[in-house]
Amino acid sequence: MIGGWTGRILRVNLTRGTIKKEALREDWARDYVGGRGLGARYLWEEGDPTVDPFSPKNKLLFVTGPLTGTNASCGARYMVVTKGALTGAITTSNSGGHWGPELKFAGYDMVIVEGRAPRPVYLWIHNDEVELRPAEHLWGKGVWDTEEIIRKESGVPDTIVASIGPAGENLVRFAAILNDLHRAAGRSGVGAVMGSKLLKAIAVRGTGGVRLADARGFMAASWAMKAKLKASAVTAEGLPIYGTEVLVNVINEHGALPTRNHQQTVFEDAEGMSGETLTETRLVANKACFACTIACGRVTKLPGEAAGKFLVNTHPRNWQIAGEGPEYENAWAMGADCGIGDLDALIKANWLCNDLGMDPISFGATLAAAMELYEKEVITNSLTGRPLRFGSGEALVAMAEQTAYRQGFGDLLAEGSKRLTARFGHPEFFMGVRGQEFPAYDSRAIQGMGLGYATSNRGACHLKSYTVSPEILGIPKKMDPHSTEGKAEITKIFQDITSAVDSTGLCVFLTFGVGLEDMLPQLVAATGVPYSLASLTQAGERIWNLERLWNERAGLGQGHDQLPKRITEEPIPSGPAKGLVNKLGEMLPEYYRLRGWTETGEVTLQKRKDLGLA
Amino acid sequence: MAKQLRIIPEKCTGCIQCELACSFVQTGRFQPARALIRVHLFDDQASYAPYTCFQCDEAWCMTACPVNAITISAVTAKVVVEALCVGCGLCTIACPYGTVWHNPDSEKAVKCDLCGGDPACVRACPTAAITYLETAAADWLGPWADDLNRSLREMQAGGGQ
Ligand code: SF4
Ligand code: SF4
Repeated sequence: MIGGWTGRILRVNLTRGTIKKEALREDWARDYVGGRGLGARYLWEEGDPTVDPFSPKNKLLFVTGPLTGTNASCGARYMVVTKGALTGAITTSNSGGHWGPELKFAGYDMVIVEGRAPRPVYLWIHNDEVELRPAEHLWGKGVWDTEEIIRKESGVPDTIVASIGPAGENLVRFAAILNDLHRAAGRSGVGAVMGSKLLKAIAVRGTGGVRLADARGFMAASWAMKAKLKASAVTAEGLPIYGTEVLVNVINEHGALPTRNHQQTVFEDAEGMSGETLTETRLVANKACFACTIACGRVTKLPGEAAGKFLVNTHPRNWQIAGEGPEYENAWAMGADCGIGDLDALIKANWLCNDLGMDPISFGATLAAAMELYEKEVITNSLTGRPLRFGSGEALVAMAEQTAYRQGFGDLLAEGSKRLTARFGHPEFFMGVRGQEFPAYDSRAIQGMGLGYATSNRGACHLKSYTVSPEILGIPKKMDPHSTEGKAEITKIFQDITSAVDSTGLCVFLTFGVGLEDMLPQLVAATGVPYSLASLTQAGERIWNLERLWNERAGLGQGHDQLPKRITEEPIPSGPAKGLVNKLGEMLPEYYRLRGWTETGEVTLQKRKDLGLA
Repeated sequence: MAKQLRIIPEKCTGCIQCELACSFVQTGRFQPARALIRVHLFDDQASYAPYTCFQCDEAWCMTACPVNAITISAVTAKVVVEALCVGCGLCTIACPYGTVWHNPDSEKAVKCDLCGGDPACVRACPTAAITYLETAAADWLGPWADDLNRSLREMQAGGGQ
């Protein structure tokens, strides 16, 4: 067996109630590295791109990488791969914390979930002991209670639980899967797919270890990595001190912080919701994922008055001391995009999203679209039940709860902003791609991000092609964010490299401090596979193309490489990026050419052959 | 005085690099379940607490061992001599901190031996929450045990109601 892997996978058929242990396809593990790539390969082989995401035929894969569970800095990740409930596209949502490593320690590289259970169940994995257990008593419970109850009733206190909350059960299109209370496989509705299978949780306890091909070589390589991370300003200072929220002021100063459903790109209250303010006034501690030496996680607390101010009905308990977050994306979506600068409301809504199990980015952005509909008087109080004005923290917290339970107007929010805006005859208010809401960067002010969003296989997303690095932060070299020059090339490179990094089991935040070449020695020593920079980048390209092909079969290929009219036609009204639109049309043809696709963006047979996908 | 581990929980981020480093020394793999330092993640309290043997002066583990399998090493760590250990588990019960473990593979007791003077956990910790420095071994339980004995004696003297 290749090092780093256990060589075993679990196949769980919920319809039949069967559990099988199978051998891992070693050749695929080699060619697709792991995590995202390996999951895509299995889904390509076994999944049907044309089925409804909620069909029992849709498969739900939890996949680790070869470095998951090792001490490689940030070796915490597992990927959830499925047909997304929000998008209908292939989705790869990843999460940190301790769940992925624990699955490895239990002796499995991957869990494939098929079918639909007749009644709510959860999967219990304790080393070789694997079984489905009834979960009727957990149905309706929040994530925090679910974790606690499973741990208690199993009698195994170290159990790590990945579960869905009410949002997943109620098929909220952007429901997430959470583990370790606050770590989420957040986007594209993977939690709703899990909910449609009546699978409440996968609880794991493993006491085995991860064995590597060349352990000594690996230790040397991982020390070198840690030294590099200690030497980079972002991974040694920015993220540990201020968390990802360090970006709020930076992006706002560039006039690229989408505000009020992207109507503006500068938020006047940015300072109040920034990482600096969070750190000075609300931070309790930094929290690391498994093996992470950066520790960007923020444990925050609400001051007494605020804790009382945002009480909601069904929220089962107030976090005794503190909870986690918000991170940059969440703070932006529920904050600037909804015109809300009240940090306490953001913290509270973030905790709610975690406990109820939903993606705060899509939730916040959907609420922002609803607020635009409300302010433009397309919808009124009689429908929404309350004023949905930009800037209302009360509305934010209340709607978070109503959305997860699909109560009242929350039932419509739960469908995501594409369906919501279409329903009220204003599809132009939908700010996203392939049905998924944008993250926190306005691509009129950062051109490369527009191309990245438009071509992202899982719908608008910041994690698969983060050209903010060169365009704003100057990593690895500075590029002009307002120019389209070189953006097609950098986008392709970032997409391919990120696909590879996503597949190793490492966290993509590493790339702020190190490059793929720095991660390579660890991967080679761990697996014993002689990956080179070229072969790894090619693996990334293979993964990208495979996802694209899958989407083509699902009917979400080239015609969907689009941005909303607001982004390509409405110039930014004010601020440092005033007057700009995204020039997607200038970048796309070159991008298609660099990818070796047809002029209209179809993967060619030749390309498939080159990548071994024919 | 000898060098001992000093743990500062406030600095800990809960990354468990220390567990991984320790288990690697112990097993050649990354296997937290075999680590001799453990990190408790009290998420409700926002507190992450690494804990391991205090190398206490009283060494209750050593006193309890019926076959004298626990000795004091050159770096003044209390160490289990595997060849002598019969796996009875008394030391695991005797240690007031629960930092002697039973290894199900070897069926013997295992505990921190300070890696012979170069503790892997110290090297691995990114936040310096664990340091290795010159300090007296803990004897925190001494005064408490004295108190207990005194009150026992008083009770007995008082007729043992
Ligand atoms: S194992 Fe426990 S009893 Fe033995 S020296 Fe360490 S702390 Fe003391
Ligand atoms: S390595 Fe340091 S920061 Fe990480 S868990 Fe251990 S003591 Fe805490």
